[in-house]
Amino acid sequence: METIELRCHLGVGPVVSGEALVTDDNFSARYDLDRIAGIFSRPQHKLAGQSYVGKIMVFNTAKGGVASAWMLHEMKLRGVAPKAILFNNVNPILAQGAALADMAMCDRFADGDVTRLIKTGDQVEVRPEQGLVTITRSSGRLCGGD
Amino acid sequence: MKLNEEEKAMHSGELGAPCRWAIEHMIQVGRFFDAPDLVPVTQAHIMADTESLGEAGVEFIEGLAAYPQHERQVRIPMITDPRGIDFCHYRRLGQTEQMASLERRTIDAFEAMGILMTNTCINYQTIMPPLRGEHLAFGDTGVVIYCNSVLGACSNFEGGPSALAAGLTGRTPRYGLHLDRNRRATRRYRVEFEPQHLADWGALGGIVGARVGSYWEVPVIEGIDSPPGSDEMKHMGAAMASYGSVPLFHVVGVTPEAATLDAVCDPSRLEAESVTHSDLEKFLARYDGKGEKVDVVVFSAPQLSLLEMQSLAELLDGRKVHRDTSLLAVTSPVVASDARRLGLVERIEASGSLVLEGMCFYQSYAREMAEANGWKRLMTNSVKLVNIIGGYGYQPTLSSMENCVASAIAGEVL
Repeated sequence: METIELRCHLGVGPVVSGEALVTDDNFSARYDLDRIAGIFSRPQHKLAGQSYVGKIMVFNTAKGGVASAWMLHEMKLRGVAPKAILFNNVNPILAQGAALADMAMCDRFADGDVTRLIKTGDQVEVRPEQGLVTITRSSGRLCGGD
Repeated sequence: MKLNEEEKAMHSGELGAPCRWAIEHMIQVGRFFDAPDLVPVTQAHIMADTESLGEAGVEFIEGLAAYPQHERQVRIPMITDPRGIDFCHYRRLGQTEQMASLERRTIDAFEAMGILMTNTCINYQTIMPPLRGEHLAFGDTGVVIYCNSVLGACSNFEGGPSALAAGLTGRTPRYGLHLDRNRRATRRYRVEFEPQHLADWGALGGIVGARVGSYWEVPVIEGIDSPPGSDEMKHMGAAMASYGSVPLFHVVGVTPEAATLDAVCDPSRLEAESVTHSDLEKFLARYDGKGEKVDVVVFSAPQLSLLEMQSLAELLDGRKVHRDTSLLAVTSPVVASDARRLGLVERIEASGSLVLEGMCFYQSYAREMAEANGWKRLMTNSVKLVNIIGGYGYQPTLSSMENCVASAIAGEVL
């Protein structure tokens, strides 16, 4: 097993760990999701059809209007939400939404593009208060050219 | 983050639980964006349509509204963005009693907190336009981009929870557009065509917004030599914010911070990109649909000004909307009241159209309305609306107000 530590800006929300689901696409809580079923529903989204429930999500940036600030809270209360969301850069709306929902969220990674640093399937621990994300990955995968 | 004595009292809970929640929320958001302290704001404006609030959001607001009067009261004037329901017409639109009930609960909770139910996204045209340099906590991206860009005021996009926190405390974290250094232009565009009508202005906003594509970039636009009107800037800004999450733009010689190009950037370090007539044509071509049956024509997003209502009345005078097509004109309660007094509502509705007030089409359960009414092809002059409404299962067509009206009468996209 191999562990990699990534430094990012201080985030919001609790310490969480889980399995990563990664895309270089962007994220809108309002337009990309079927929030009842817990899957990506917009056909053009790169994760269309996949479940985000309980995952550590990794995106490039956040899109969508002011309304999405309420949505993470609503998703979390229903238990149909990701555990954490990581971005290269997030906009104020979704950061505000994470603060309301008490959902882990971080962005601005020191080592570059987070959508390339983390791979789908990685075990990831997020410590928003410390600006620290730890990846645990089987060394076989590292040798495999990842 | 630095707190003064009053803010510390808020944080300790001395001023009640709502205020403590609010300041704790602002500390978290402020720390996320490196805010050194809180900045006093003069007004707050909240987007809290029940479609996005959901039951959980409504319960959250009701929870705050249940505290004693002196704890739940907002400290600064606070107004609201459009709701999801026009109570006079929701049944006709296919909206349900459950939607209306959620809406009533939200209104009761907001009113208990001292929030004015203005239900508008054109408050800068109708309620209290901010001044240059005034710090605000405004929701609705179209409102924020207009107030920042056209009026020179200072606001970030404040989602519902953050706007509520600002209303309760009279402050917001000092980051983003509250800091002069973040208001300088970082992208430069030269417009090489003359927009002919509001849909063209919206398209220009959409093109620039899509190219900028970030909350943290500021475009400056050259080539618009005389000031267009407020409605033109309204459509351009709303589209730019919608396509690019952009909260501020400058137009050289037009907007207050950009009397000259040099005032907002170092021109020798920022190369201009062209926006050409062919870019405009390509943009419009994405929202075509000529010859197809049109189910619903919508003027909304942003709500119509009194002058847009007048234009619409003039276009509809003496004409009837096709029996298989609906025409909806959505405006604010203030404009609707004036338009009624001036006979504009009667003239618009004589054509078989419907004037809706205090709501906005896309945040009014648009998917459910489509299902209830069998609407698929939607025609509008709002670029913001065509960008959003595809996500709700509609096929959008963009055109001028004049052609939208003509198509509503013909029953097909002309």
